[in-house]
Amino acid sequence: MSDRGPGRGPHRPPRPFRNWVQRRQGSGGSQGAVGAEAWPVLTVLCAVLALWYAAALLMNLDQARSLAGEGAGTADLLGATLALDRPLLPAPHQIAGEMFDSIFGHPVSSARSLVFHAGVTAGAAACGFVLALVLGIGLAVGIVHLRVLDRSLMPWIVASQTVPVLAIAPMVVVVLGTIGITGLAPKALIAGWLSFFPITAGMVSGLRAPEPVQRYLLATYSATGAQVFALLRWPASMAFLFPALKVAAALSLVGAIVAELPTGAQAGLGARLLAGSYYGQTLQIWAALFMAALLAVLATGAVDLAQALLRRRRGGRL
Amino acid sequence: MVQARGAGVVFDAGGQRIVALEDVSLDVARGAFVSLIGPSGCGKTTLLRAIADLERLSSGAMLVNGQSPEQARLARAYGYVFQAPALYPWRNVERNVTLPLEIMGIGRAERRAAAARYLDLVGLAEFRRSFPWQLSGGMQQRVSIARALSFEPELLLMDEPFGALDEITRDNLNLQLHRLWRRTGRSVVFVTHSIPEAVFLSTRIVVMSPRPGRILEVIDCDLPAERDLEMRETTDFLRIAHRVRQALRAGHSYE
Repeated sequence: MSDRGPGRGPHRPPRPFRNWVQRRQGSGGSQGAVGAEAWPVLTVLCAVLALWYAAALLMNLDQARSLAGEGAGTADLLGATLALDRPLLPAPHQIAGEMFDSIFGHPVSSARSLVFHAGVTAGAAACGFVLALVLGIGLAVGIVHLRVLDRSLMPWIVASQTVPVLAIAPMVVVVLGTIGITGLAPKALIAGWLSFFPITAGMVSGLRAPEPVQRYLLATYSATGAQVFALLRWPASMAFLFPALKVAAALSLVGAIVAELPTGAQAGLGARLLAGSYYGQTLQIWAALFMAALLAVLATGAVDLAQALLRRRRGGRL
Repeated sequence: MVQARGAGVVFDAGGQRIVALEDVSLDVARGAFVSLIGPSGCGKTTLLRAIADLERLSSGAMLVNGQSPEQARLARAYGYVFQAPALYPWRNVERNVTLPLEIMGIGRAERRAAAARYLDLVGLAEFRRSFPWQLSGGMQQRVSIARALSFEPELLLMDEPFGALDEITRDNLNLQLHRLWRRTGRSVVFVTHSIPEAVFLSTRIVVMSPRPGRILEVIDCDLPAERDLEMRETTDFLRIAHRVRQALRAGHSYE
């Protein structure tokens, strides 16, 4: 709290609110407070797991029964429904086991390793994200500074988002492949296409966020356009940039995975999903899905971290 | 410091001509403290913004520090204090004060020295690491005054800087501003709604009236140079305040 400056002193909340405030801020709370925060999450997790097991039992019962043949005991039958090789719906512990095997069971460079595939997808998504960042911010800067661009570009940008990229992504990849663009590039392009829009939209609002009086102030110092941008518009836009980045990070991951779906892709979580569905490897599909979710958590977590660092430099507010 | 001759400002609001300022002639001597007072819409803020080259004159002429308002702005001849503190929330107090110096390309050490000097002058030296939202409204406005002083302009333009503050804070800041002005010897043009504030601070009071905005009367405020809050109960003070009120009332012909 000492780094928050002396101004905080008089604003200390009254006692009944202090615990709540501490918990909300997630700082300085006791172990008990953290535990209290974890309870709701754990409760939901348990409920989901229970429902999942119930669904797995119901959905896999027919297959287990036909495999077990006549005369199998109820207990054996129930056990078998949760241990099938190609279950309709794998039980959570089966997915966990499959993930463990495919993450730790093979060297990272092997095509059987889930880490390898996740790495391929993450690389494509990261390239797409950087592409979206450059394009998104570049477009926003142009739109905010040039009235012509505002009029001429904005309709096209909105129109670009009505193209169902997710649906035509495989086609795009194939078409790009025929003109010699293969590998990382088409995946990064699709990931970037999907994720630049939130960044553009957020930055246009952010760069326009400063109030007139804040701009007049710089006029009285006869600041240059570049100075207005660097000292006012850019810092003011940060509060708009980070929420947009979070959306963009998740979208670029979706884009990369979808771009891996078309035939021919040998590596990546998308290829893994497709291969899994070809051969009825439900365990492999679910493991890849959970890996994708994990990547999304890591990606948005990285954005959160960057945001937290900037927030700390700004004394606790963005 | 400022000379205006027949200055007028006309706004074009959706095809409708609005005369915000008409035939204003005014002299602000070097080292003077001149208040512009009048009801809302009398053009006092417009006049201040015209001096600052934030509005263009439609007619007449004006010199600021011997130059055109635009040249004066480009030469950074004045510091402007807005009605709102207009601090940048992502900068701490010190870096808000050094903002104009940064724009002028002044070195880091010198910037920090100036910030220390002027934050001390407005009594906020210990808050230099705080952020604007951690300060009260009065403290924020003092930071914005320190910011306007930081590059040591000859002229200070203040647009109702204490308008949004409670009376106790306002009294206190009036006293501080008066002492600051005495110590630094800057010329000040000060816009206000408040008669006691104008009388307490000024060497001259310019009474304005609305529709169109023009000057009704210029009243010399010949109170002793060194002033304190108790002075507001003296007969001299009340006499001048009465004159200002009379002049304001004369402008309100629609009453």
